[in-house]
Parts: sequence; structure tokens; C-alpha cells
Amino acid sequence: MSAEITIDTLRLTAEEGADLLARKQLSAAELHGAYLAAVAERDPELHCYLRTVAEAEGDGVPIALKDIISTRGIETTAGSRILEGYVPVFDATVAARCKAAGMPIIGKTNTDEFAMGSSTENSAYGPTKNPWDPTRVPGGSGGGTAAAVSAGLAPWGLGSDTGGSIKQPSSLCGNVGLRPTYGTVSRYGVIAFASSLDQIGPVARNVRDCALLYSIIAGRDARDSTTVELREPVRLPEDEDLTGVRIGVPKEMNEAEGIEPGVAEAVRRAIELAAELGADVGECSLPRSIAYGLPCYYLIAPAEASSNLARYDGVRYGPRVEADGFYEMVERTRDAGFGDEPKRRIMLGTYALSAGYFDAYYGQAQKVRTVIAREHAAAFERYDVLVSPTSPTVAFELGAKATDPLAMYLSDLLTIPSCMAGLPGLNVPCGLSAGLPVGLQLIGPQFSENTLFRTGYALERALAFDPVPARLR
Amino acid sequence: MAITREEVLHVAKLARLELTDEELERLTHELGAILEAVGKVAELDLDDVPPTSHPLELVNSWGEDELRPSLTPDEVFANAPTREGNLFRVPPAI
Repeated sequence: MSAEITIDTLRLTAEEGADLLARKQLSAAELHGAYLAAVAERDPELHCYLRTVAEAEGDGVPIALKDIISTRGIETTAGSRILEGYVPVFDATVAARCKAAGMPIIGKTNTDEFAMGSSTENSAYGPTKNPWDPTRVPGGSGGGTAAAVSAGLAPWGLGSDTGGSIKQPSSLCGNVGLRPTYGTVSRYGVIAFASSLDQIGPVARNVRDCALLYSIIAGRDARDSTTVELREPVRLPEDEDLTGVRIGVPKEMNEAEGIEPGVAEAVRRAIELAAELGADVGECSLPRSIAYGLPCYYLIAPAEASSNLARYDGVRYGPRVEADGFYEMVERTRDAGFGDEPKRRIMLGTYALSAGYFDAYYGQAQKVRTVIAREHAAAFERYDVLVSPTSPTVAFELGAKATDPLAMYLSDLLTIPSCMAGLPGLNVPCGLSAGLPVGLQLIGPQFSENTLFRTGYALERALAFDPVPARLR
Repeated sequence: MAITREEVLHVAKLARLELTDEELERLTHELGAILEAVGKVAELDLDDVPPTSHPLELVNSWGEDELRPSLTPDEVFANAPTREGNLFRVPPAI
């Protein structure tokens, strides 16, 4: 059914889109087509998508999926040459759940190779640009999904988060991203990076859409034995006040070296606003989580990655570099197929797991992980939600950190500690610094997504942040 | 704690990566810097702290023991570089 209706994909929320579809003012094919038209117009500049799907399959609101999520019949590369041409013969559970909810796939979005990176510059298929300023990065690894949502190239999308790959790009692009509690969303069919950390989560233009998408993908999956049922149903937030919510401000996470003054200022204002909305705000401390979170992560994640990425051997899938002997073939295939960052992490992880170093590196890092979890648990005895900047900086310029791995790793300083403890985290835009979005990170105990949505929603209403990039308005 | 070129070569062998000379040089330098940064975890005395391998305290996850459809051979080999019958064909390993 065609209608005299103009679809502004920059502003339409998924909830509004679903309403238009329900009232038959628009067909799913028309809605899908509107996003594809926006892609045709803006994606040549931004490069959010690695590929798009021309036909709308389903009668619901369409979605963008990070190219780390297996999609039956649609090439899935994880941003790597080593999976170029790989066409999955099955759907990841999250893709299947989106399809079962009637959601057509708009396309597969760009990512740092194997989700390793904080800028999407590590994609073998070229970087994604930030819709607020195309000379800057969208964050990473899920820069493709985050930039697509902010540029009106998708109403919502899915990302994956190991140490900040949902929250940090949402921060840099000015939208809402949830890293869910570990175990609440199936990882079946998601290309693995670090299995004790990887989580799939929603990215949307506002908190309600984010909660709605989470409700669609969450819950136990028999195909992923690390999944559990939610403890309570997802509630779409409605309250505009924060009465009774206890908000802790971890000193180290708000005063860390490297936090830009404009970021600190926007976050400080959001915290003041939370108090005005009725929240009970106090200061707390997570000293060792911040001091040791990053080193702990950069031992555990590469160690697990070195094991997960052992499967790319040129035997079962992906391009092969031929050689006379088996091991030569494997070694050449892996050298040609992996980019610099996966190689760095495979090497680091293999070293950390190797004989003579295991206890000092990987074993010690697992103990630090316990320390981080305990510190957070102690803070949650007094507070419901912990707040900080999501990223220490706003979006940085393309190339600014590309040749310095350690500088790039610092982008995730504030997102990593809660990931180590399996805690959920929500990014909510809280203002601009130098014309670029600043993200507020809300962290809660395991299974506290409803509290994060409630807090994020009340702040979102009060802050009235305009998520449409200024240059596209 | 720096890492030597020989150690990097050894690790590359374990990881089945044939690195170019340029990569070997660069990785020796980069891994040295990264190991120095992550080596910070050694500062903490954690003898009494148990390790965490997984963020949820799950013990067992039971499922019914029942037959389910699996992939067909053609699906299994759909992405294989080389197939011979129902086998993946590879160069000789010995």
C-alpha cells in the first residue's frame, strides 16, 4: 500500500516505523527502500556498509547487522580478507531472531577486522567515516553500525562488544548502544574474538528502540550453552524522573588522565541533571579496575583470540594460498589473510599462553579479573548505576592513532573494566564537545538492563540531545 | 620485559604465521612495548585470589539428547577451497 508520506530516515525511530507499518501507512518494502535510498545517497562517502540486501524479506522494521554476524546466503567477512567470499550456510541466532520478528536485513556493516580495533580503520575493506565529520573515525570496532544509525542509513542495528566495540562507537557517533550482561544474548553464529568477553548488543537512535531490540534478541539459546534466561522481562522505559535511583560516580573513571575537558564537562552536566531528576548521586572508587583493567584485557582478549583464530587455516573456508606442504599452506594463508591487528593479537596471545609465560601473564590476568569483579560488586552495594564518560575523547581524526597500537588501546580505557566483570553498559549521548558527540556510560550489575534503560531514558528526555549530525540536518 | 627477535620467530611458528622480515622487525618492536604495558598486572600480589575464566557462575547447561537436522555435505563443503568427495583436500602434511 503506497501512501503520501515522506520518510525522514534521519529522524524516524524504529518504534515510529513499526507504528507506520502497523497502521499500513507504509509497506515494509517501502521502508526498506527508503533506507537503501539513503545508503545510495550517503554511503559512498561514509562506507558504513560492506554490502546491502536489495530485497526486503519480512514485514517489519529493517535492521543493519555487523559483518561479524553470520547470515545465511549473505557474504560475511568479519572485515577480514581471510573470510573474503565466505557465504554462511546458517544464520546466527541473533540474525534468526531478527528474521523471526519480521525484520528485513538492510545490509552488513563494516567492522575492524575480527572486531579488533577502536576506529574501524582496521577493516580490510577500508575505513568507515564519522557522519558528524567524515575526516574523523566513527569509533570501533562497530563503526559501521553506529555510523549507519546516526546517518539515517538504518533505524537500528546490531553490534558486538568485547571491550567496548558497541559503546565506544555509539559514543563517537552520538547514539544509544547497549553491551548486555554476558550470557543474555546468544553468540551462536557470531564470529568469535574472545569468547569469555564477546557479547552481541543493540544500537539505536534512542533508548526505547535500544530496549525494544534487546527484548527481541535476548534470552537463552540451546545452541549457546553460555546463555541464560533474563531474570525479568525487558521493560520499555517511560519514567521521566530518577527518584530512588542511586548513582555512583567512580572517581578514577571520571578523572582519568586523557579525558578531554569538553568530555568531562558534558558528563559532569549530565550527572548534575540526574541529581535534579531525583537521583541520589555520590562518589565511589574503582582504583584497581582502572589501573589494571586495560593490561588485564590485553592479555585475556588476545589469548582467547589466538585460540579462536586458529581455525582460519585455508582448509574449510576462505581463500587459500597454495603451497607444496600443508603447514606452509596454512602459514602463508594466514600471513596473507590476516591484517596487522589480528596478527599482533594472535602473536601476543600465543606468547601469553606459551610454556613458561602462562602463569605470569594469562593466569595473573584472570586473577586481576576477579579483583575487578569484586571492586564493582562492592560499588553496587551502595549504588544501582555507575557513570563515567564512555570514551575519554570525542571522535579523533582518521589516521591519528593508526600507527600506535598502545594509543589506540587507550580508547577503551573506560569501557573495558565492566566488560571484564560481565556487566551491562549503556551509552547515552549527553552533549557536544567541539561539535562532536560525547557519550555517557551507565554501568549496572549483571541483569540490570531495565535500570540502565530507565536511567538512560530519563536523562535522554531531559538532555534533549539531537542525534542527527549537524551537517545532515 | 622486552621480547627478542628469536622469541617472536618462535611464537610465529606456534601461531602458524609466516611473517615477512619487515613484519618480524615491526612486531618485535610493537610486542616489546605492549608486553611492557600489560606486564603491569605482575605488580599485584594475588596469591590468594582465585582466577575468573568466565563472568557468569554457570555450572552445567543441560539439553535434551535428541536428533536434530544438521548441515548436508554440500552445505559443509560450500565454502571449501578444494573438495574431494566428502573430504577437504589439502597438500601433504608429511
